[in-house]
Amino acid sequence: MELASAQVIGAGVAAIGVGAAAAGVGYVFGSFLQGALRNPSAAGGQTATMYIGFAAAELLGLMAFAVAMIILYAPPAA
Amino acid sequence: MAAPKMDPMHQFQIAPLGGGELEASPFIFTNSALWMLVVLGAIVLFMWGGMRRQLVPGRWQAAVEGLTGFVDNITRANIGPEGRTYLPWVFTAFVFILFANWIGAMPFAIIPGAHPFTVTSQFSVTGVMSITSFAIVLGVGFWKHGLHFFSLFMPKDAPLALKIFIFPVELISFLVRPFSLGLRPFIAMFAGHILLEVFGNFVVQGINAGLDGSAMGWAIGALSFVFVVGVSALELLVGAIQAFVFALLTALYIKDAVHLH
Repeated sequence: MELASAQVIGAGVAAIGVGAAAAGVGYVFGSFLQGALRNPSAAGGQTATMYIGFAAAELLGLMAFAVAMIILYAPPAA
Repeated sequence: MAAPKMDPMHQFQIAPLGGGELEASPFIFTNSALWMLVVLGAIVLFMWGGMRRQLVPGRWQAAVEGLTGFVDNITRANIGPEGRTYLPWVFTAFVFILFANWIGAMPFAIIPGAHPFTVTSQFSVTGVMSITSFAIVLGVGFWKHGLHFFSLFMPKDAPLALKIFIFPVELISFLVRPFSLGLRPFIAMFAGHILLEVFGNFVVQGINAGLDGSAMGWAIGALSFVFVVGVSALELLVGAIQAFVFALLTALYIKDAVHLH
C-alpha cells in the first residue's frame, strides 16, 4: 500500500476515538443534568466536579485527534 | 476549474515579522510574539478600565469584578482560605488563555493583510504554562511537606500489598498531569481552527462551483457558511471552558500539594 493512502486510512481510524469521546462528554453532561434536575439546590456546588469529569473524558478524544494529525502531517515512518 | 489545495495547517505557522529567517536565530520577533503582545494589551486595557474603584461600579468595573470574583471563587472553593496565595497564577493563566482563545477566534482577517494568530494553538505556549503550574505544585509540596510530599501517592489506610501497586500508578498519573494539562487548551484551539478553516474553504469552493453553474455548489456553500457561524459561536464557548478547566485543574493540583489528601 502507498504510504499516503495508509496515512489517510490510519487517520480515519484514529478519528473514531473522537466520536467515542463525544459519547463520553455527552454522558458526563447528561448525567449531571439528570442529577441536577432531581436536586437543583445541590447542583450549584457540583459544577466544578462536572467540569473535571468533562475534562477527563474530553482529553482522550483530543488525544485521538492529535494522533490523527500526527499520522497525517508528521508520520513517524516518513 | 481546479480549486487550490487547501492547507489547514498554514494558519499555525510561526513566521518572523519584518524579514529574516526563523532558523537564523531563536530571538526573532514572530507573529506569535506579536499576538501575545496584542493579548497582553487587551488584558491590560480591560483590567485598567475597570480598576477605578468607584463605590457604585459601572458596567465595566462590574465586568472586571465579575472576572476576578469568578477566579477567586475557583481558588477559594478548591484550595480553601489559603487559596488566596495562589490566586495570582491561577488568575494569570485563566485570563491569558481566555483572551488568547477569544482574540484568536476573532475574524480579524477581514482586514486585508492582517493574519490573526491564536497563541494558544501552539503546544510550546500552553506546555510552558502547564509546566509553570506543575512547578508551583512541586515547589509548594516540597516546601510545605518536605519528603513527606511523597505520601500524596500513598493512600493512608490501604494494606501494604495494595500500596506497592498503587504507588507507581499514582506516581505515573501525577507525572502525566502537566502533559494533559497543556495538551487540552492546545488541541481544543488547534482542532477548532482546523474545522473553521476546512469549512470556510467549503464556502469558497461551493460558491466557485455555483458560479460555474452548479446549483449544488450554492447549496453546499450556504450550508457550510451556516455551519461556520455555528462553529465560531461554539469556539467562543470552548475557549471559555478550556480556560476555566485549566484554572480549575491548576487549583485542584495545588490543593493536592497544600493538603496532601
